[in-house]
Amino acid sequence: MAGIPHDHYEPKSGFEKWLDARLPIAGVLYSTLMIPTPKNLNWMWIWGIVLTFCLALQIITGIILVMHYVPHVDMAFDSVEHIMRDVNGGWAFRYLHANGASLFFIAVYIHIFRGLYYGSYKSPREITWIVGMLIYLAMMATGFLGYVLPWGQMSFWGATVITGLFGAIPGVGPIIQEWLLGGPAVDQATLNRFFSLHYLLPFVIVGLVVIHIWAFHTTGNNNPTGVEVRRKSKAEASKDTLPFWPYFVIKDLFALVLVLTIFAAIVGFMPNYLGHPDNYIEANALSTPAHIVPEWYYLPFYAILRAITFDVLFLDAKFLGVLAMFGAIFVMALAPWLDTSSTRSGRYRPMFKWWFWLLGIDFMVLMWCGARPAEGLVPLISLIGAIYWFAYFLVILPILGRIEKPLPTPETIEADFDAHYPPKSTESR
Amino acid sequence: MKKTVLSVLVALGVTTGSAFGAGDAAHIHDVDFSFEGPFGSFDQHQLQRGMQVYQEVCSACHGLRQVAFRTLADEGGPHLTEDQVKAFAALYDVYDAELDDTRAAIPSDKFPRSGVENAPDLSLMAKARAGFHGPAGLGINQIVKGMGGPEYIVAILTSYTGEEKTQAGSTLYENTAFPGGWIAMAPPLSDDQVEFADGHDASAHHMAEDTAAFLMWAAEPKMMARKWTGLLSVGFLALLTVLLYLTNKKLWAPHKRKA
Repeated sequence: MAGIPHDHYEPKSGFEKWLDARLPIAGVLYSTLMIPTPKNLNWMWIWGIVLTFCLALQIITGIILVMHYVPHVDMAFDSVEHIMRDVNGGWAFRYLHANGASLFFIAVYIHIFRGLYYGSYKSPREITWIVGMLIYLAMMATGFLGYVLPWGQMSFWGATVITGLFGAIPGVGPIIQEWLLGGPAVDQATLNRFFSLHYLLPFVIVGLVVIHIWAFHTTGNNNPTGVEVRRKSKAEASKDTLPFWPYFVIKDLFALVLVLTIFAAIVGFMPNYLGHPDNYIEANALSTPAHIVPEWYYLPFYAILRAITFDVLFLDAKFLGVLAMFGAIFVMALAPWLDTSSTRSGRYRPMFKWWFWLLGIDFMVLMWCGARPAEGLVPLISLIGAIYWFAYFLVILPILGRIEKPLPTPETIEADFDAHYPPKSTESR
Repeated sequence: MKKTVLSVLVALGVTTGSAFGAGDAAHIHDVDFSFEGPFGSFDQHQLQRGMQVYQEVCSACHGLRQVAFRTLADEGGPHLTEDQVKAFAALYDVYDAELDDTRAAIPSDKFPRSGVENAPDLSLMAKARAGFHGPAGLGINQIVKGMGGPEYIVAILTSYTGEEKTQAGSTLYENTAFPGGWIAMAPPLSDDQVEFADGHDASAHHMAEDTAAFLMWAAEPKMMARKWTGLLSVGFLALLTVLLYLTNKKLWAPHKRKA
């Protein structure tokens, strides 16, 4: 890999040499594990490991659940109860899987906002960012498909509403919707294909994660200063960095286990807190729940979807809502080209900071709006929130780079690190 | 005999469509159940009383199809003896596909389905309704009070005003806890309707609480195992967190000039 100069793997024993000549896997693992990592990374850089853990957790618990789950409209709901009641440890696997999805999304949102604040998306990390957005989209799809499988009321009606969004596309919409569902309505065919895709997509995510890591291992990590690692020589680079193992592995593990302690408390003591009670009622095509609410992690974008309550020209409100929802993620993906500031990290951008935190608040407000019935002030607040979301990426980021006067950034990562941890007077440098 | 009288009493009911779905009723009061909180556990005697109320009253209309009789013997549940389970199961008739007929239930059977059309199955009722949504619909107070499923059941059983009306040929009863305010279920509980073996007070409110506790167990039979596992996991993970914290601190100390 190009990028930061560092030690490379040297096969020593006869077997190592034999293997390395045929499959240089040890070298790849060595370079990955020993990658020079900016030593000033803060605690916002731990979410990658949490996300990796979540992916593994979801795949492992998921594979076990599949051994007992029955993807049939008459049996799916009961098979989940069978898992909860009769399968050894089944309740644990199911609650871990259900809450694991929430942990996954909490982590991914913090991870994304970390990237937005510290300018991790900026050149040369655009590919990492774009692949990250694709992972996020695949996660959204996987989460949605998985939520349908228990075949509860929210599963069924959520599937009906979300696939209905595609039906809003002018002209071809109804055909696409029917193609997605495998029939005119959510039924056996839908459950089967959703199950199939829910099993497939996590492995697509694994592939994307490998590319994501490959990309940022090529460019090197961003860091809180946004200043690049000096890479003229190995000696220079080693002043700015420490190897991933053991320094960041142990740091990340500490953070991961702390997060898992809280996670274990939620799974153990309030596993249904983030779920919806209606999903403990078996799917019933004849009874619509009073409020169809998606899982919490879709709420901000669901609010944007519902924010459009008016037709524009020949386009109806529902289709515009769909465009807005997908557009909201699309503009985020374009951030590397919309942000014109030459300073990477938000730490040194006095004006940007305010707009960034407003985006964070906007996200929370939209989440709240998404959970409320669309009545009273909610549609108006959603619309304002949606407008700000788009304005942040399409207007504020491009303009800020031109009018803002950034603060001076540290010369080097080493200087930033030393400012936090001043060298002792006796230390020779 | 009591059961027959009650089945007549308890109306055959249709709940209106919307009422089925959401559980956002008002007037749900918090009940201090023994099984709440990380350290809470089911009260075996309360579960047995609730089981008795279910058997004598609720089961006339409502099924419990997800629950197997054998689980009544499970630790952390009503914890009946094997003989008690056999005797209890035999009170029910279940359909046997091999015989193509009904027969007395045995422990490996599950409780029958609802005998009355539109009487919802109660297996998951305590998890399928939320009594608490506040503040501002954020549901954060669920952390303290739980979801309020059992509280919802207590409220439904005790919030009749005595008013009734006839609509489309069926009688509806005013119930302030029910979404929409009118429920098809006639007031099922009255004071001293059930005689508890342990001589426990059988006021309608007490019976409602016991029933709600039993239904919470029916909905979440592994709750005790879950909380114990949770406690153990949190303990071990917290310990590991401390160890990793110290490891990390020591590892970084030379670089942070703290060694």
